[in-house]
Amino acid sequence: MTVKVRIPTPLRKLTHDEEIVQVGAATVGAAIAELQSRYPGIKERLTDDAGNVRRFVNVYVNEEDIRFLQNQETPLKNGDEISIIPAIAGG
Amino acid sequence: MEKHAGFMKALKCRECGREYPLTANHVCEFDFGPLEVVYDYDRIRHSLTRASIQARPKSMWRFRELLPVAGEPTVGLEVGCTPLLKADRLARRLGIRELWIKNDAVNYPTLSFKDRVVSVALSRAKELGFTTVACASTGNLANSVAANAAAAGLNAYVFIPSDLEQSKVVNSLIYGGHVIGIKGHYDEVNRLCAEIAGKYPWAFVNVNMRPYYAEGSKSMGLEIVEQLGWRIPAHTVVCMASGSLLTKIYKSYQEAMKLGLAPEARPRIHGAQATGCSPISTAQKAGMDFFKPVKPNTIAKSLAIGTPADGFYALRVMKDTGGSAEDVSDDEIRDGIKLLAECEGIFAETAGGVTVGVARKLIASGAIPADDSAVLCITGNGLKTLDAVVGHAGYTREIRPSLREFEALLDAEEHAPARA
Repeated sequence: MTVKVRIPTPLRKLTHDEEIVQVGAATVGAAIAELQSRYPGIKERLTDDAGNVRRFVNVYVNEEDIRFLQNQETPLKNGDEISIIPAIAGG
Repeated sequence: MEKHAGFMKALKCRECGREYPLTANHVCEFDFGPLEVVYDYDRIRHSLTRASIQARPKSMWRFRELLPVAGEPTVGLEVGCTPLLKADRLARRLGIRELWIKNDAVNYPTLSFKDRVVSVALSRAKELGFTTVACASTGNLANSVAANAAAAGLNAYVFIPSDLEQSKVVNSLIYGGHVIGIKGHYDEVNRLCAEIAGKYPWAFVNVNMRPYYAEGSKSMGLEIVEQLGWRIPAHTVVCMASGSLLTKIYKSYQEAMKLGLAPEARPRIHGAQATGCSPISTAQKAGMDFFKPVKPNTIAKSLAIGTPADGFYALRVMKDTGGSAEDVSDDEIRDGIKLLAECEGIFAETAGGVTVGVARKLIASGAIPADDSAVLCITGNGLKTLDAVVGHAGYTREIRPSLREFEALLDAEEHAPARA
């Protein structure tokens, strides 16, 4: 099973400029853990000390905000896409 | 690049305090916190005084030292200095001693407060060498970016939800830029634009230019302070989409006090949302310091942001200042629009109806005391959201060009005016 993770610009230094990274995790939380094992330091950028996704980070699975799904427990299936996006201003 | 630029010192993360150079960058790479411009207030204090401000042309740029451009502004030189009017008739209807309307429904050139943020963002974008500007918008920002980019000779890409009011779509198209309708709500437009901004070398005014862009909103608050005779209002009611305007109005009051432009005061800042998209007011009323994202469903499309980027900071400002929040239904929004129009001759867009409707509730509940004074920030023009009020504003009565028919029409009215 593979899931695509789109890496936002502020994190690409950690992924050696990779824009898209493939993971095999079964949940969003597991995907973050897998990213951390390959790119040490990335988890602390995305989550706070309590392990929750930071409040200025928005995570989407197939274009749906995980806060409307099951947060980090959101299940993943083959071909899903995760986007990690900083909150942006109004308009 | 050089770190200092004009009166700016650096960009700084609002969460962890790490500093960054003054480039087109909006997010801290360590914790994703938003970056904000840091100023050299010691230098500003010598340059920005009541006297120097009053000697300058009547535009938002009379507060130039507090607006983040390195050199002289080049875009939107006529923006701002909109009327602040004493709204006695509306004050009586809402039951408050003194009421003021800051009327950005007549801001130049595109009839919303967004011309303030855009003139800053595009002036700064030109300084940083960009030739293409872009935005994600609920409508007003699209209008302003399209117009100001055209006047400045910049290429423009504006991204809007495809179901916007027709007048806001046409008001973006007419300037000849690229207008892309996205099949989705604003939060989805936002997400796409964040991805586009990571890929194309454009100045996205509310993405990578956000630290500069957002500061433009302060000019609305600074003008209020000057127009009140260098006084900070006791209560200010501000509509909230992302929550940015509310935080910047408060910041402008703090800066006015810090620089000695106005005496110390304890302003209370109140936030207004539509019930159909009320993540911030719902959190405030529940006493929470975080919000739950929502899927918007309201006629106040310019406020329809379900994941408000500055929601946390807006909540903090309301808490710190002793302000409150409320939200109003679609019918209450239309009532607010009509009330403002009938009392003060101002036709505001749906967001203005939200502000008036919420002010009415806050005065009725005592959150804004009846013997006090308040300013309502009206942010956009009613001609842009006609769709929301068509069929609710009454109908014209048609007659042939005949005096007899006109008099028959008058006779049918309960209180016919006296004839000569």
